[in-house]
Amino acid sequence: MVPEQNEFFMDPNRCIGCQACVQACSECETHKGYSMIHLDYVDRAHSIQTAPVVCLHCDSPTCAEVCPADAIKKTADGVVQTALKPRCIGCNNCVLACPFGVPKMKTEFKLMMKCDMCYDRTSEGLKPMCATVCPSQALFFGTREEIELLRPRSVATNQFRFGEQTITTKVNMMLPKSGKAEYVDVTAAMSERGSGKTISLNILDGMYNEEQSQ
Amino acid sequence: MAQATENTLEFIEHFGPHPAYAAGVRLETGVEPDKLVKTHCCFCGQQCGIQLKVKDNEVIGFEPWEEFPFNRGMLCPKGVKRYLQGSHPDRLLHAYQRDPASEGGFRELAYDQAIALVAAEIQRIQSTHGNDAFGVLTGASLTTEKAYLMGKFARMCLKTANIDYNGRLCMVSAGAANKKAFGIDRAANPWSDILKAEVVWISGANIAECAPITTNYVWQAREYGAKIIVVDPRITPIARTCDLFLPVKPGRDIALFNGILHLMIENDWLDHDFITKHTVGFEAVAEHVHEWNPKKTAEVTGISERAIRQAAEWWGQAKSSFLLHARGIEHHTHGVQNCLGAINMVLASGRIGRENCGYATITGQANGQGGREHGQKCDQLPGARDISNPEHRAYVAGVWGITPEEMPQAGVDAYEMFRLIDRGEIRGLLSICFNPKVSLPDNSFITRCLEKLEFYVAIDFFLNETAEHADIVLPGSLQEEDEGVVTQIEGRVIKINKAVDPPGDAKQDWRIIQDIAKALEREKGFTFSSPREIFNELRIASKGGIADYSGITYEKIEKQYGVFWPCPSDDHPGTPRLFELGSLNPIAKGSGPFYFPDGRARFNVAPYTPPAEDTDEEYPLMLTTGRVVSQFLSGTQTRRIGPLVDQYPEPLIEIHPQLAQKLGIANGDLTTVESRRGDITLPAMVVTTIRPDTVFVPYHWPGRKSINQLTISAQDPISKIPEYKVCAVRVRKATGNGS
Repeated sequence: MVPEQNEFFMDPNRCIGCQACVQACSECETHKGYSMIHLDYVDRAHSIQTAPVVCLHCDSPTCAEVCPADAIKKTADGVVQTALKPRCIGCNNCVLACPFGVPKMKTEFKLMMKCDMCYDRTSEGLKPMCATVCPSQALFFGTREEIELLRPRSVATNQFRFGEQTITTKVNMMLPKSGKAEYVDVTAAMSERGSGKTISLNILDGMYNEEQSQ
Repeated sequence: MAQATENTLEFIEHFGPHPAYAAGVRLETGVEPDKLVKTHCCFCGQQCGIQLKVKDNEVIGFEPWEEFPFNRGMLCPKGVKRYLQGSHPDRLLHAYQRDPASEGGFRELAYDQAIALVAAEIQRIQSTHGNDAFGVLTGASLTTEKAYLMGKFARMCLKTANIDYNGRLCMVSAGAANKKAFGIDRAANPWSDILKAEVVWISGANIAECAPITTNYVWQAREYGAKIIVVDPRITPIARTCDLFLPVKPGRDIALFNGILHLMIENDWLDHDFITKHTVGFEAVAEHVHEWNPKKTAEVTGISERAIRQAAEWWGQAKSSFLLHARGIEHHTHGVQNCLGAINMVLASGRIGRENCGYATITGQANGQGGREHGQKCDQLPGARDISNPEHRAYVAGVWGITPEEMPQAGVDAYEMFRLIDRGEIRGLLSICFNPKVSLPDNSFITRCLEKLEFYVAIDFFLNETAEHADIVLPGSLQEEDEGVVTQIEGRVIKINKAVDPPGDAKQDWRIIQDIAKALEREKGFTFSSPREIFNELRIASKGGIADYSGITYEKIEKQYGVFWPCPSDDHPGTPRLFELGSLNPIAKGSGPFYFPDGRARFNVAPYTPPAEDTDEEYPLMLTTGRVVSQFLSGTQTRRIGPLVDQYPEPLIEIHPQLAQKLGIANGDLTTVESRRGDITLPAMVVTTIRPDTVFVPYHWPGRKSINQLTISAQDPISKIPEYKVCAVRVRKATGNGS
């Protein structure tokens, strides 16, 4: 069992894109040589911003719900596992259905593999590899008391809205406290332009501009 | 002469670089390691704690070491994959001799035979051309024991003045400035002082990529309310969420520092009490910065007046602060002046020597700090002593059992050594832990010099690009194959622990050096049987010096998770924070906290001068160089670690879309950058995160992918650091087949 007080917090605002998490994930005992983490630039042409995605471990995991072979199981403590090898038919339903794009189809094994929050470590009271090594602690594993003390400007949420559907997850996302958001509206965010302060280097208008964009 | 072997398929098959991936036992699950060795990463100056998993004399993986206080288990991708450098197909398992007739250009040689050949060549060259005709180049990734031994070997065994090290490309500008201002060259504070600072000022430091764990300190400070000010020509990951970004024009940092000090004086944001009691020289500096009004500062630096005023206001009014800088301000022909300008800002604020008030350069290499303290630098003796100071010479000569007269005087810096090779004054060379063919500027000159050497012996664990010119290659040791201390970024002396034995004929580097001394029949002083014995002599050699290690033991390091020097006696706990009021040091002897006889810090007038090569019509753009997170220095190790190679496989030219559009270059287009020294053709990476008048290329690659073909060998007159961070170039879309 993962001790109840230990929780996972994702804070993409802190990500530096170094890929320590990706590299450490591939050292995990249960899937050595393969990383289950997704890490991408959001828009490299215009920003250095990157975002890591681990499995958020939904309360009602869509991946499991759409699986025709009932191959995807959730542990009693809420961790959604890699598909069961004897059952997985490699149909890709889960890969297509996951709202967060987490599962990976490993065609060489005909098996869907995914982040299991380092269950071999977390169930023994350790931290997951990614959150242990993350140099900027964009991935954090610890207690709610710890994160509240360390991130006074942020608040954790585990509610994600996709249109009319709200998904509740085991993993938390850190949001700016000032935004007072109760959930992350994912579909709305997909078409939203960056907001707040952005920095641009523009030789025509003078070298330094702070733009307030909406 | 020492022509490099051609990189034929045969050469690559033997010596690489091959990208290694986890295989065999390293991929198996449920393997119970024989032991977990608590040690540190082999790469940067942060020296993160890590546990290496060892099975059957092989490092098979790692476990985080969460108890080590600096990084508490955190690692960057290099630290995570560093274990793949062991059991590597390119690993040198034998001594080699140049032999064009052999496959790959080298043939295996018995170790003892190789040592005998090296000794014979050293003797031949020195007896024909004098002792100084044999030079030694070393590195700041060596443990302090090895660094100490290399200095002793050059001066006492080879009796040559010509030894210098690759820290010349790294920490020397900051070191020289620190000595001028504080009388001591060390980060002034432990990193824990960053956390509660009100303002964190970062100049020329790509922290997230070059010192990734430091990011957490900076961003934790921000969570607690700190304002983060970043000065850089590029929006690096640490700049992305800063509170104020100052996109300085490369090479103009000193103008900014003077401009900030101007505003501090104008608004009386000064600690008069501190300035009066603990410093000298403020008036001259105040007079000098008088002309640096915001308008002039903005014109020179390319930063808006508004942003300069905002930065000055935050810095000026802060109650606590931490100023960090790195190679971005140091790699300049006025690198020392840049650092002095930054220090003037700190001294005027009075915010140093107290909790949450600090200043530091971010040391680059594993032992960047310790490697510059104990005598492998051309003008230095152990304990950060000065080789031109008669008392210092006498003390160290006494420890070594020679007369001061027998000890050579100061030699020349690493780049100047190549000029001496070019002029025929240096005929033979021994190198260890240094790959100048990739890392030195204007490196086609370096190649020509290597070709002129009569004899060159390289000690390394992989055959790096410089060693391709060697007549003899001796198989040295990886970091995990030996023990010893290094001094990390904060001035904390920590212990590298041995995990595995060297494979094949490979030997621990200090044994190789001692074997050469023995073959030269100059064994006296080189009969150590362990790193601990070398360390114990080093403790005595450093005693009474500024970098006093005499109270440090391996056991104390283990017990305290490192010991901050100075640590002058057995019962002394070490000195995490320098310059505390009331602290004692051997120079001031109680008269004040700084390391001068009057105990006062020095303000230094830091005049602005433009870069050695400014832009003109022919070469209208600026080139700046640096690192990426997945590679390290000249890439000898990291270009052989597959997952790191995959992360950033080849250098790219970062270029702003405005410039790209003007030149008709799209993202991914092969693009040619030319300077007066050379040209390079690489894919463009079109991004808005760089100044439109500047292009950036990382420097980890050799040959035609080496940006150091273009960089300028102009050096700072004091520190002798080369001006990697700015030279004039022109850029065009590549034509034809990419040349």
